Amino acid sequence: ASSLVIAEHNGSDVVPLTYNSIGAAKQLGGDVTVLVAGKDCSNVSKQLAQAEGVSKLLVAQNDIFDGFLAETLTPLILETQKQFNFTHILAGAGAFGKNLIPRLAAKLDVAPISDIIGINGEREFVRTIYAGNAIQTVTSSDPVSLITVRGTAFPPSGPTGGSANIEDAPSVAVSYDLSKFEGQELSISERPELTAAKAVISGGRGMKNGENFELLYNLADKLGAAVGASRAAVDAGYVPNDMQVGQTGKIVAPELYIAVGISGAIQHLAGMKDSKVIVAINKDPDAPIFQVADFGLVEDLFKAVPELTEKL
Amino acid sequence: MASLRALVGCKRVIDYAVKIRVKPDNMGVVTEGIKHSMNPFDEIALEEAVRMKEKKIVSEIVAVSCGPPECQETLRTALAMGADRAIHVEIKGEEYQGLQPLAVSKMLAKLIQNEKVDIAFFGKQAIDDDSNQTGQMVASLLDWPQATFASKIETEGSDTLKVMREIDGGLEHIKVKLPAVVTADLRLNEPRYATLPNIMKAKKKPFSKMSSEELGVDIKPRLQVKSVVDPPVREAGSTVENVDELITKLKDVGVV
Repeated sequence: ASSLVIAEHNGSDVVPLTYNSIGAAKQLGGDVTVLVAGKDCSNVSKQLAQAEGVSKLLVAQNDIFDGFLAETLTPLILETQKQFNFTHILAGAGAFGKNLIPRLAAKLDVAPISDIIGINGEREFVRTIYAGNAIQTVTSSDPVSLITVRGTAFPPSGPTGGSANIEDAPSVAVSYDLSKFEGQELSISERPELTAAKAVISGGRGMKNGENFELLYNLADKLGAAVGASRAAVDAGYVPNDMQVGQTGKIVAPELYIAVGISGAIQHLAGMKDSKVIVAINKDPDAPIFQVADFGLVEDLFKAVPELTEKL
Repeated sequence: MASLRALVGCKRVIDYAVKIRVKPDNMGVVTEGIKHSMNPFDEIALEEAVRMKEKKIVSEIVAVSCGPPECQETLRTALAMGADRAIHVEIKGEEYQGLQPLAVSKMLAKLIQNEKVDIAFFGKQAIDDDSNQTGQMVASLLDWPQATFASKIETEGSDTLKVMREIDGGLEHIKVKLPAVVTADLRLNEPRYATLPNIMKAKKKPFSKMSSEELGVDIKPRLQVKSVVDPPVREAGSTVENVDELITKLKDVGVV
């Protein structure tokens, strides 16, 4: 195999999911090339050149890639593929990769394979369907496999220890003015990022309002944890959408997951059931969340959470 | 901006409230006798098109579904929710079993060209195969801009959409020139229910049927399904009596 990983970054740092994609590419065997495209690439290129297992780094720095639009990245990657003929092209299964990989795949007339959780061979992949309620194994007959990688299923490649050759990506005249990036509103948090955190504490409708999430932030700060939420809590407006854990939100698999006031809808379970240790705190003993919890505490969260924070 | 022609993809899927069962032959899930509905994200996409029609931005909405004869029910729902006409691309039996997003995207792209569509709406993903590919691939095949995972859509001038997108770390703002593809995320809107009078009216709306051959699209599968199995079962653990016991247990397993 020879794989191309499309790096996801913000102009100054590599998005951690990229290292999981490199980890998946390493499992495929053969050379791993990483493509860094963006308006500013120098810092990110330096970081990625040291990533373990990366043999080559292709860099395309150009203002046109501001905002990482699939419409501008696709011609670049097509040209790169034409030149190098990779057997696999991978990106993380986040908003960036999910937006990009299918656009690229249709241009190559290839069926993309979304959100894989396992690699059985060069052309055989495992993925979940029906919100994680079934697991599907597929084989591809296409000459190149275009894949998005679920981060929680592949250990990240080490950020250091490698020394990749840095080269310019093939030049391609991209001029695209039909789509324009206007800006982002990113949630700024001192706490770790949800998908990368060792511990995650999530609140559900039982939190009753947004202010009460303060209880979870206090506990999170004690544990160095990230804070998430169920879809019910997001829909009720308690917290912003980027905190949602679940099939349509973020998929997490930390060492410790604490579900607080969450009943445990299938869609939520799909986003967290691969966590190593699951704790559920809920006053309803019949809540489905207890069926997946390693440790269940049937108690009023407004009493239990402050007590837990104090005693830890 | 008026008189935009809209197309909405309406996939028929197992209803979101049904607990699916894997077939004994491990080649798929049980679908016979199971309640099916329109993919919830497609309902959101359709609702957005209907609202744009109510604001006189969109002049006509064509609902499309590719699949077995039962897709007609899905399309009747779409008509009752506010679509003006429906096109059913009928795919049956084994061909339907092997129908994949790339083939569907090619058929949709053809229909979009035939119907001179200005704006194509899809759900961001279907809740059966969870692929999240069709909108992006349709945009790619047509060389159109794509506004995926939309949570707010506004018009600007006569040919531009301002779209707020849900991304991993928060929200993003982009502008796309029409014609364009938009895929709907959860929070774009709350779809309306089809009312009885509207269900009755829908029966009179134009409904056409065609085949993949008529569209000239090869729908052979590119991926072969080797197996479909149940996920590993996570065994329920124990109940703890109080916070002290919880802390002891967490320390025992070394996570705090």
